[in-house]
Amino acid sequence: MSEAIVSLRGVTKNYTRGKQKIEVLQPLDLSISQGDFLALMGPSGSGKTTLLNLIGGLDQPSSGEVNVGGQRIDQLSSRALAQWRSHHVGFVFQFYNLLGVLSAEKNVELPLLLTSLSKAQRAKHVATALEIVGLADRAKHKPSELSGGQAQRVAIARALVADPTLLVCDEPTGDLDRKTADEILGLLQTLNREHGKTIVMVTHDPKAAEYATHQLHMDKGSLIEQSANT
Amino acid sequence: MKYFPLIWAALGRRKPRTILTGLSIAIAFLLYGMLNAVNIAFNYGAEMSGVDRLVTTGRYSITQILPYGHAHQIRSLPGVSSVAASDWFGGYYQDQRNFFPQFAVEQEEYLGMYPEIVLPEQEKQAFFSTRTGTIVAKTLADRYHWKVGDKIPMQAGIWPLKGGSNVWTFDLVGIFDTANPKDRGQYEMMLIRHDFFDEARQFGTGTAGWYVTKLKNPSAAGTLAKLIDNTFANSPNETRTDTEKAFNQSFMKQLGDIGLIISSILGAVFFTLLFLTGNTMMQSVRERIPELAVLKTLGYTDFLVLALVLGEALLLTLISAVLGLTMATLVLPWLASQLPGLSGLTITLPTIYGALGIAVLLSFVVGLPPALRAMRLNIVDALMGH
Repeated sequence: MSEAIVSLRGVTKNYTRGKQKIEVLQPLDLSISQGDFLALMGPSGSGKTTLLNLIGGLDQPSSGEVNVGGQRIDQLSSRALAQWRSHHVGFVFQFYNLLGVLSAEKNVELPLLLTSLSKAQRAKHVATALEIVGLADRAKHKPSELSGGQAQRVAIARALVADPTLLVCDEPTGDLDRKTADEILGLLQTLNREHGKTIVMVTHDPKAAEYATHQLHMDKGSLIEQSANT
Repeated sequence: MKYFPLIWAALGRRKPRTILTGLSIAIAFLLYGMLNAVNIAFNYGAEMSGVDRLVTTGRYSITQILPYGHAHQIRSLPGVSSVAASDWFGGYYQDQRNFFPQFAVEQEEYLGMYPEIVLPEQEKQAFFSTRTGTIVAKTLADRYHWKVGDKIPMQAGIWPLKGGSNVWTFDLVGIFDTANPKDRGQYEMMLIRHDFFDEARQFGTGTAGWYVTKLKNPSAAGTLAKLIDNTFANSPNETRTDTEKAFNQSFMKQLGDIGLIISSILGAVFFTLLFLTGNTMMQSVRERIPELAVLKTLGYTDFLVLALVLGEALLLTLISAVLGLTMATLVLPWLASQLPGLSGLTITLPTIYGALGIAVLLSFVVGLPPALRAMRLNIVDALMGH
């Protein structure tokens, strides 16, 4: 068993809507090993995305500890958490969330602007990331000039470019047709197997979950089942 | 600088809106540039007035005429170098729109005390020896295509001729320039001879509108001004004597406080602009909430997002300010041609610094509310479209 790169202990998350308190996550323990490709599954409202947001440092738990890559992130300030995210996490969203006014390469470069890399170094990293996702020839294209699958590849390149510890993907194939979805999932699998990236992916799609090494099922804010794909 | 492409691209997100907003700001800075140039030109006249010249008018108004005998009495006072009687002719050339200052002056004394008026000696002598002679500023001669030898008919606005006619015809005997080209606007005028004017006019003979006195010692201006006024105290024609600078300032004030008028106009323009630009910036940020949330997701700190939105506002206002001032620079020569006496209209360095200061302030005021909103954005809510 590899070392745990993500470790959650007694994590809960509550929201308050008006006078109503909503418990989104029940006290929850979770450990994800380095090099895992974990698929988080469950019905809508089961708390998958909330859990993903906590792991990715986008949100803070109401209680409990969140350790990622050996650092306890639930106690970091907003500024420190932002800096931590820029170094350790790459995000892939269902709707790609690319900046429409920027070309593919400029979108991919965004995380690198936060580093001290020179312009030439940034260009080299961007070219490599686009090559990994098979879009080197689309570098100058704007998102509106790309297909859904290509846009999601650009988003993956953006997630990869700063060489993060962890990739978190929220329904990365939710907006794609089956064939394109398989291509994207194949790409994520390659990143996991050949580049050793640890991936946590939220999905509704059982076929998508089959690409992962492990599956984790949630319901009503609790983990109900964990299984390994063969 | 590495964030510049990001800021620039954000401005290009909705080009028509950015262009229209930018043009609105540019127009405001065009007005700023033009009105400032006019204000400076007005004030410049007073600033560059001679320190060794006094102006004596009627005690209560510049329109109160003074008997010619005053000139002799002022001349006899100690410390006086020379005195020139002057009158406002107040006519126009061919059309009322062709208005410019015209003065009837005692030619030799007047030109003697204004060395900044430069014309060839031959033309100066011609003016001294031709009773119907006139000399005009080069800028006027260029505008109306006058040349020496021309007869210039002037329509009188105040002073008809003895025969009842309002048309005075002068012989153009000289065209003058100023020693310093910057002073051209101030000396854009026509000078005619006071002796001829006094003899030919229907009424007011033996009087002058005011007297210009050249001092032997400029530091005695205050004392001599008092002495002149004391000389005529309790007479039917009491006087008020000021330095030429104070006289010019007082004359300008009769037109109104130009500075206050200009500040009020610009204040209203920029105040309106705050709402227009502020609304546009708010709208722009509102539309980009998911994009800003993505930047925060990638690790852009709250402060950096704030700075990016402020940078956008700053870039837009600075570009617009430069555009506005450039337009003002191009428009000013035309404006100067429409405003006689203000041919020296230019955009000065203080105006440029002032514009840049206003642009920075404007960008901060209109950019801060949306920038704060962007800074406070909750990533999770924003990504979910809340």
